[in-house]
Amino acid sequence: MEKVKIYSRFERFWHWTQMMLILLLIITGFEIHGTFEAFGFETSVRLHSAAGWAFLILTIFAIFWMLVTGQSRQFVPVRNNIKSQIMYYISGIFKKEPHPVKKTADSKLNPLQRIIYFGLIILVFPVQLITGFSYLFFHYPDKPFAFEGLEAIAVLHTLGAFLLVAFVLAHFYLITTGHTITSNLQAMITGYEELEEETETATN
Amino acid sequence: MKNQFSKSVMALLVSLLLPLAVLLLTLKVAAHKGTPDVVDVKLKAEHISSVDHSQFEILQQDFETPHDVTAACLSCHTGRDEEIMSTAHWKWEREEEIPGRGVVSVGKKNLLNNFCTGANGNNGSCMRCHIGLGWKDKSFDFADNRNIDCLVCHDQTDTYFKQKGQGGMPATAETANSAYQVPDYPYVAQNVGLPKKNNCGICHFYGGGGNNVKHGDLEEALLSCTKEVDVHMAMDGPDMACIDCHTTERHNIMGKLYSVSSANTNRIHCDQCHTTTPHNDKVLDNHFEKVACQTCHIPIYAKANATKLYWDWSSAGLTDEHGNGYSEDDADGNHNYLSIKGNFVWDDHVKPEYYWFNGTVDHYLSTDTISEVPVKINSLFGEYRDSTAKIWPVKVHRGKQIYDTENNTLISLKLWAAEKGEGAFWKDFDWDTAARLGMEYNDRPYSGNYDFIASEVYWPINHMVSPKEETLSCTECHSRDGRLAQLNDFYLPGRDYNKTVDYAGFGLIFMTLIGIVAHFFGRIVAYFKNR
Repeated sequence: MEKVKIYSRFERFWHWTQMMLILLLIITGFEIHGTFEAFGFETSVRLHSAAGWAFLILTIFAIFWMLVTGQSRQFVPVRNNIKSQIMYYISGIFKKEPHPVKKTADSKLNPLQRIIYFGLIILVFPVQLITGFSYLFFHYPDKPFAFEGLEAIAVLHTLGAFLLVAFVLAHFYLITTGHTITSNLQAMITGYEELEEETETATN
Repeated sequence: MKNQFSKSVMALLVSLLLPLAVLLLTLKVAAHKGTPDVVDVKLKAEHISSVDHSQFEILQQDFETPHDVTAACLSCHTGRDEEIMSTAHWKWEREEEIPGRGVVSVGKKNLLNNFCTGANGNNGSCMRCHIGLGWKDKSFDFADNRNIDCLVCHDQTDTYFKQKGQGGMPATAETANSAYQVPDYPYVAQNVGLPKKNNCGICHFYGGGGNNVKHGDLEEALLSCTKEVDVHMAMDGPDMACIDCHTTERHNIMGKLYSVSSANTNRIHCDQCHTTTPHNDKVLDNHFEKVACQTCHIPIYAKANATKLYWDWSSAGLTDEHGNGYSEDDADGNHNYLSIKGNFVWDDHVKPEYYWFNGTVDHYLSTDTISEVPVKINSLFGEYRDSTAKIWPVKVHRGKQIYDTENNTLISLKLWAAEKGEGAFWKDFDWDTAARLGMEYNDRPYSGNYDFIASEVYWPINHMVSPKEETLSCTECHSRDGRLAQLNDFYLPGRDYNKTVDYAGFGLIFMTLIGIVAHFFGRIVAYFKNR
């Protein structure tokens, strides 16, 4: 068993800031959507806009970081082991079988995580940012170009929000499926995780 | 050990403190709210006349008639007669373009309305509010400048009145009674000035036969009201007069009402004083694009006295055992039945209805036939896709009025006459005669067959602006069943959603939770089994 640094300082800062912003965006966003009352409509609108800007800035830094460090390769989906990873969650985990894919500092995400995170980065985040800022700046027809109203933008934005909520819920649960219940959480806080040489280890 | 400590500090910093700092910064940014602009204007009440009219010899004569006063006014104020005689206040009509119809000349003179059906033919009573002297019938000379009534607008003594039933004439030696005496012309003429609230109000408050009957947002309470009723005209506020907003250049008074006008010209806008970004706050100022100031800032109208919201003519004409008309009051003391007029519904503190409006309006013209029920006496143009349209608060006055079932036209009634036996409905209670005489006077055909039909008229609300504390809050509109629930041609955040996406989305969340619970349960079972 060896303590390996797998999350850099920026990565952890990025993760936890993103978590706070996404939670804030979800709560305020669904209040604006009319799902429930939280901070009051006006406050939620102002919070949602400010959090949107913060999220945009953070995302720009994250993209910069990924390109400069080459960490973007961590999020590229792979063909191998997708099936065995699915089988692990369906049956292996209940039989105390080891994780099918070894977690290393160079490959932190399992094949399923790669697909989901790739989807988030390529689809959900851009859609949320583009529709979100369209919402902010082009809410009326003809100014500065015709958008035929807010409906398409708003519905897409809502769809993205639902996907994010589902992701957050699943993510919140799946981080408990590591080597121990809290090993993934500890890793994201301290940056270090105990990765065993022989035994393949936890993920998420 | 030291290494371990610095790692912990770093973990605390990057995983908690820095993200929290970003969050707090976000909250700080979100809390920023602009401070509204303060408006500083010079009020007309501060205007000091450059002359003392009491010093003019020409005004010190014993005037025989009000016409002589007008002649005296015009002897100094040359050319003012031509200004006045080109206005809608004089002509009671204006040439304007109605989209889809071209240029038409419409006004109180020739339009039907949703109250007493129309002025023309009921001159004795209705033309009391004309700025002329004695428009009693078709013989009134609109080219004679001596027929202009300067005093009704410029009197500062509050002693000059037009007499009831005299078509706009003040009392004369022959007609004077206990209610209306012959005015003291030299006194009135020597004390003229810029129109005060009550000069305008004497007509604009009482249209339709009583205080606040028509407008709902213009009534005598505005003469001395609090800020809660109207921030602009409040005694405890700036105490503005009508002409402070309705600025006037050469007797052309800015502002118009869309019950009698059609085109998007000569209007008053709040941004004359308040600018187009009065809140200094982006989220709020953005609304200016699509929402009229009035929509948020006049959350209710008829704040002091009730206004008429419904008028059913079909029940009019019932008489008591002596054949006389009678009246019944509602719980608030307003008439809910009058033999001469039918049934009413009054209300105060009324929430407006909301419609798109781009400043142009169509009217039911006297030459039109009925094409829809309820008959729209006027209709406001505008929709979401129209970049010039905004959401406006509107008083909608609904009712039932008489129409010709064969010609399919609304009927101009003869309602008023000085005496019984002249065929006026208000004296003789005979629908057929009143319809025939009214249509005759208006040169319109009448078949002799009549019934009653639902009708409605749209009056955009402009006055009775509330203090900013009482402005509409966001969720009055941005909610599922808010004030804009009926205005459905656009997507409104907080109100609208896509059913499919919402059901699918909440379904996905539900399924995710089920999956989590099931999986977790499986792990617990496995944990005990494998132990």
